[in-house]
Amino acid sequence: MRSVRRTSAALALVSAVVLALPASAETVLRAVVHADLKNIDPIWTTAYITRNHGYMVYDTLFAVDSEFNVQPQMVDTWEVSDNGMTWTFRLRDGLAWHDGAPVTAADCVASIRRWGARDGMGQKLMDVTAALEALDEATFRLTLTQPYGLVLGSLSKASSNVLFIMPERHALTDPFEQVPEVIGSGPFVFVADEWVPGARVVYVRNEAYVPRAEPPSWGAGGKVAKVDRVEWLYVPDTATAMNALLAGEIDYFELPPHDLLPIMEASPDVTVKRLDPVGVQGHLRLNHLYPPFDHPKAREAMLWLVEQPRFLRAVVGNEEHWRPCPAYFGCGSPYETDAGAEPLMGFDLERARALLAEAGYDGRPVVLMQPTDVAILSGAALMLAGVLRDAGVNVELQAMDWSTLTSRRALDASPEENGWNIFPTWFIGMDVVHPLASVVTSGGCRERAWFGWPCDPVMEELREAFAFENDPGQRFARAEAVQQQAFALVPYVNFGEWFNPVAFRSNLEGILESPIPLFWNIAKR
Amino acid sequence: MTGFLLQRLLATIPVMAVVAVVVFLLLHLGPGDPAAVIAGDYATPEDIERIRDRLGLNDPLHVQFLTWIGQILRGDLGISIFSNLPVAHLIAQRVEPTLALSIGTLFVTVVVAVPLGVAAAWRAGGWLDRCLMGGAALAFAVPVFVIGYILIYVFAIKLSLLPVQGYSPIADGAGPFLRHLVLPVVALSFVFIALIARVTRASVLEVLGEDYIRTARAKGVTTFRLLRRHALRPALVPVVTVIGIAFALLVGGVVVTESVFNIPGLGRLTVDSVLRRDYPVIQGLILVFSAAYVITNLIVDLLYSVLDPRIRG
Amino acid sequence: MNAIRRNRSVQIGMALLVLVAATAVLAPPLAGMDPLRMTPEDRLSSPVAAHPFGTDMFGRDILARTLHGGRVSLSVGLAVAAVALAAGLGIGLVAGYVRAVDRIVMRVMDGIMAIPGILLAIALIALSGATLGTVVVAIAVPEVPRVVRLVRSVVLAVREEPYVEAAVAAGARLPRLLVRHVLPNTLAPLIVQGSYVCASAMIVESILGFLGAGMPPEVPSWGNVMAEGRTFFQIAPWILFFPGAFLAVTVLSVNLLGDGLRDTLDPRLRGRFQ
Repeated sequence: MRSVRRTSAALALVSAVVLALPASAETVLRAVVHADLKNIDPIWTTAYITRNHGYMVYDTLFAVDSEFNVQPQMVDTWEVSDNGMTWTFRLRDGLAWHDGAPVTAADCVASIRRWGARDGMGQKLMDVTAALEALDEATFRLTLTQPYGLVLGSLSKASSNVLFIMPERHALTDPFEQVPEVIGSGPFVFVADEWVPGARVVYVRNEAYVPRAEPPSWGAGGKVAKVDRVEWLYVPDTATAMNALLAGEIDYFELPPHDLLPIMEASPDVTVKRLDPVGVQGHLRLNHLYPPFDHPKAREAMLWLVEQPRFLRAVVGNEEHWRPCPAYFGCGSPYETDAGAEPLMGFDLERARALLAEAGYDGRPVVLMQPTDVAILSGAALMLAGVLRDAGVNVELQAMDWSTLTSRRALDASPEENGWNIFPTWFIGMDVVHPLASVVTSGGCRERAWFGWPCDPVMEELREAFAFENDPGQRFARAEAVQQQAFALVPYVNFGEWFNPVAFRSNLEGILESPIPLFWNIAKR
Repeated sequence: MTGFLLQRLLATIPVMAVVAVVVFLLLHLGPGDPAAVIAGDYATPEDIERIRDRLGLNDPLHVQFLTWIGQILRGDLGISIFSNLPVAHLIAQRVEPTLALSIGTLFVTVVVAVPLGVAAAWRAGGWLDRCLMGGAALAFAVPVFVIGYILIYVFAIKLSLLPVQGYSPIADGAGPFLRHLVLPVVALSFVFIALIARVTRASVLEVLGEDYIRTARAKGVTTFRLLRRHALRPALVPVVTVIGIAFALLVGGVVVTESVFNIPGLGRLTVDSVLRRDYPVIQGLILVFSAAYVITNLIVDLLYSVLDPRIRG
Repeated sequence: MNAIRRNRSVQIGMALLVLVAATAVLAPPLAGMDPLRMTPEDRLSSPVAAHPFGTDMFGRDILARTLHGGRVSLSVGLAVAAVALAAGLGIGLVAGYVRAVDRIVMRVMDGIMAIPGILLAIALIALSGATLGTVVVAIAVPEVPRVVRLVRSVVLAVREEPYVEAAVAAGARLPRLLVRHVLPNTLAPLIVQGSYVCASAMIVESILGFLGAGMPPEVPSWGNVMAEGRTFFQIAPWILFFPGAFLAVTVLSVNLLGDGLRDTLDPRLRGRFQ
């Protein structure tokens, strides 16, 4: 009875709290984003939605522009010693945290260390770091143990994990624990009181932000917030989101389903545009620890089974939005090549059957995880189940939501004990743009490789060789060697590339082309 | 009256206790491990074991149960695994839309269904009666989400009369609040109108068959007068009961309707939490919904005793 | 029996139900296609000769999926009714017969009734994994208390009957009496109740599918097919329409059957809440 009374009292109190929301008269950008923001720490998780949240509230030392050049962002000037071993960075003036305190070199040092403990490229950088220290309020110095060509490439990393700079007190948090609150120095301020997990995230313009003078280009250049308030809405039903956009109830729809694009294109009030010039790569991730995919022949069989155009037509549909591409580092990227790609470009059911037999496949169930709430990946899992069954594989399709999949994929137990054999996923082109950025090509075994735990010392040597290749002319050959090895190792099967156009109300101006959705520079007419 | 009230209040204790036990067992005997969920993508087995210890998941079951009950009695529903926010806060944020949707639906249902049911009974076997009963049978047969999509398509997309989705808090003005509520309430009301109209019809028919009504009729009192004076009040007793029972049905409908119309209420929170295995939130929500059910039925019992004083004994 | 056969609701309901059941039983030859076969070349095709009900986003045939879906949905409906009635009958008999456990059992039933059925079902399914068995049990559990109450009330009423009391006094064993006198009395209301449980189970299955918390998505139940079609509602309404229409007709026919049976078998129940 007590609990009953308490609850009713709580209900009454609650309505009073909810009723006290502020009315708004300022310019508000309402965006339906691709996922619900569940965690707020972009170093702790690699989730894209948390990375995008990071771009809203945090700032970066450097950033990549649309020409793939590294540009300074928080950094004003930097110098490198002649031997390439000592790097000194100076922050620009006017940087301040959302709570008013100035950004210091100590904040940057702590942030780099925390990021370096989690991110793959960060770990590599830390491996060759002798010392990292703040010299004064605005200057810090990085000393290396050997010359390293990817210092700026690492510090300017555009996708997860991005080196976002946090206040020192937050950056000292254990990298495996989440930061307690959101205090950044970026162009937008997170409004904690109005965050409704599962429904809405609210940001307001950071009035104190001093943008750079250069024009914006991807994450580089001046970040000028041109609306007072940005609301991220999570609408799981994509048809509802589309109708809301058509009716003008929202302004921006980040990830509209490809099949619905024609309806939006037909509306004069809505613009559909490809903002990400790089695209997205589809993966079928294999578990190298357990049969059958502990055997290289079984993995090769997978390459012969996957027909990119068939998969892409089924899950994306309209040919305008996809392209077959066997290149591990993406088509249109500096390291595009089809070296070693014959098995993936061909389709041969009999050969796949024979390879599976050679691998000793004994008809045991192959656990394929299907994330039912991510339409494209769910479809890819269904397609794969179909071809695998044609090849005589006993597929056990296990349906689950994406968040369950992300916890299941981390289990290295056997498939009979809640482990897995295959799951579909996708990465934006920026994440796989070269051998070092692409953690998914790592052959670092249980300790360092991504889920699936491919184990191949040769692969690690080849990636290392790419990282330490300081002659840009030689880099392509190094990357090509990595790709050759990847087709032998098969850390994942690439089922092709596609683009995710954005749909928005035609009265929005200044939406930036970028592989990552950016909300500065957007004005509402 | 006070004695009756007290007795009814006391009767809710064992019900809530059973609910608490069921909810606890449901989530603790299930195969899912919240510690693994909390630990996240990169956790090692030792990490998970540490979290299990911290959450008290390694304690004996009865110890966990008593700890949990103690927390609830202090009004502490725990912390969400995913957002790290208090469950009570998450629930509080979302009460208003759900309350608005439920009360709106109840209101529309009673206002539409009771007169319809009475009219159908009054002219039992006539065209209105037949249409109504046919419509009711159909309303039971079509899932609420199908009705919702049809309404959205016609009224929001084709005719652009009403918003497609979303919720506008009452604090932002009564106009937008009501406009956003119309379609969801109508969609959800169909099945309840069918239900209540049927019950009202049957119950009025039954009363009209009673001896005292027949006598009055024989004396020349008009049917309309009879309905108003003598038949309506006793006929409403079963209707009120059904409203209490329908509450459980209403919650199910709210879950679906909120998801169709993208209303950030408790229903969507429930579905999201279940899909993510956010155990503390699921527990909190089931407790809150069950408490609401118990309270509704308490109110129904009181109404019942006002309508029909005999049952107070 | 003749009264039942003459009842209009029973006639219509039975005719429709037989029709739907026939399409479900004969699904493989009628559809002529595997409901899981994907043909990306034919995706989102509107109804044409090759695909009379059109195709979905993977080019799967909606006719095949709808007819096979009938097998799933009807099985779920019948299985839920059977499980709920069997459990309810067992618990109800015990509660009505053994006074000692009656109070406890009825409090537990009150508690289960207080938990909204759909919440209980999605929680049960999410926790124990979605299979045909768990979905059936999860939908059946919330239905049990109402059956228990029904059975118990009949048991209590029968116990009071003079001929039962006389038999008890004469030394007859109660369990035998229950079987001889209680079961026949509960049969009629149980059949009626069962038909409503069956109809509502099919609706609940579709709602669970819609919420993504029902049968494994690979199973072409009506709920799952409709859930997959919701995104394409405006460009491919046939995905939602055909399974939706079959579901509506089926539920309608079972409800009509239930109404007719109620009216003829047990006139006292007329008008009572289902």
